[in-house]
Amino acid sequence: MSQVLQRTSATGTRATRVIGATSILVMAWVVVSGLLLTPQDVVQGESVRIMYVHVPSAWIAYLAFIFTAVASASWLISKKHSMGFDRFAGASAEVGVMFMAITLVTGSLWGRLTWGEFWQWDPRLTTTAFLFVTYIGYLAVRRLEGSVEQRARRSAVVAMLAVLEIPLVHFSVVLWRSLHQGATVLNPNGDVKMDDLMLFTLFSGVVGFTLVFIWLVLHRQRTMLLVDLANNQGLDSAIVARRAEGSAN
Amino acid sequence: MKNISGTKVAKGKVVSAVLLKDLRIELRSRVVTNQVLPFAGLVMVMFAFALDNDDVLERVAAGLIWLATLFSLFMIVQRSFAIDTADGALDSLRVAGIDLAAVFFGKAIALALKLIALEVVLICGAVLLYRVDLSANGLVLLVTCVLCATSGLAFVGTLYGGLTAGAKGRETLLPLLLLPVVAPVLIAATRATEAAFGSGGAQTSEGWAWIGLLTVFAAVFGVGGSLAFGSLIDE
Amino acid sequence: MKDAGFIFGSYIVTLGAILMFAVSTLQRAKKSSQLVTDKDKTWL
Repeated sequence: MSQVLQRTSATGTRATRVIGATSILVMAWVVVSGLLLTPQDVVQGESVRIMYVHVPSAWIAYLAFIFTAVASASWLISKKHSMGFDRFAGASAEVGVMFMAITLVTGSLWGRLTWGEFWQWDPRLTTTAFLFVTYIGYLAVRRLEGSVEQRARRSAVVAMLAVLEIPLVHFSVVLWRSLHQGATVLNPNGDVKMDDLMLFTLFSGVVGFTLVFIWLVLHRQRTMLLVDLANNQGLDSAIVARRAEGSAN
Repeated sequence: MKNISGTKVAKGKVVSAVLLKDLRIELRSRVVTNQVLPFAGLVMVMFAFALDNDDVLERVAAGLIWLATLFSLFMIVQRSFAIDTADGALDSLRVAGIDLAAVFFGKAIALALKLIALEVVLICGAVLLYRVDLSANGLVLLVTCVLCATSGLAFVGTLYGGLTAGAKGRETLLPLLLLPVVAPVLIAATRATEAAFGSGGAQTSEGWAWIGLLTVFAAVFGVGGSLAFGSLIDE
Repeated sequence: MKDAGFIFGSYIVTLGAILMFAVSTLQRAKKSSQLVTDKDKTWL
């Protein structure tokens, strides 16, 4: 059995298996508690249950993008230009984009229930949407053709530019909204009076999502190394084959 | 910075050489005047068809000018870098030991001049097609807005143009990367232009707050671009 | 439960996306791991 596991999960180790199993347990508890055990909110009613998946995924998405920025900066600054930084930045961004998509979808479902609209042009939502599109662009840059070093340099610069861009976008949207007074957005988190079980479930959600994030990033960055190595080997064996052809003639 | 023969090439000389080269290419090929400009004009006319209401058009004229400018920006940037990479001109400059920050500024200024020419025509078009009124105070604001917004767009456009230069699929990648970045310019320039036009009862004085944002944007990406451009080209 | 569709929907979207991402990652890892020798897998 352990041998079969070893072969099916090439990027798995004992540590990732422990993290994986723990995160499944925690996530199962969050689902059961979030859907069944926790009480409904006085103001929001049942719709408050979306909070237990929405808030943790937003938290992980932002955390992932911070990690990407820090890892990219480390790659640029470090003299060795270790590819580990680059792979971590890429893996973290991929997972971050996924959690950002989850955040936007669950957020608009929750918004429909609490505000009556799927989308509000409020600064926080708009900046989040821009962050999402920016990192989709970042992932597209990583898929450009070229060597591993080119990929690392290009994507690290793009990640640094995103750090410059996002505050400008946020500030301009804040200024835009403050002049064009739209519908007042009620803050969904602020209105919820949380009892102990609700707080604990939300906290478990954050822990569970963080474990899932760690598991995904570990596997993603190892997979990236495997794919890079496999591509290199493909190139090497092609060169060897051409040389063999040349000497045979 | 020294070139192959070991003599020093002044930064200013590189900037003006690259700038003049880009403008000379435009004078000979006439791509901006014969293709991009008619395209931008078409966009303005198509919006008139789509919106089909004189009051609405006058109200949104400012936004349409800047949207048409953004679409044109992609075309001009792509064209400019396609020429440079097709002949390996950027690689040659790098191998010759030319200061790439100077190349960045040269290309950005050339891009800004082309954009300004385009914007002047678009604004005249908006005055004619969408019946926009322009006061003397508004004109001062509008000129400042065009200068600040265009320098920001030129810096960002040159930077991301260099990033995607020579890559496969750059035609589709460039708008994806650029549009989120230039969103602050679109917002700020549109509001400032609305204030200049007085559309929707906006006061001219409201526009000046946005000029500050445009200036910050241009400064940030001017500095960021001159630092990053070299490492994007250098491969 | 009121608004059950929205609430269950958001849970299904969340868990489904994570699961799909995890499965696709493991599949890609499995495919490329056959081409790489074990001594290059620094984590083993």
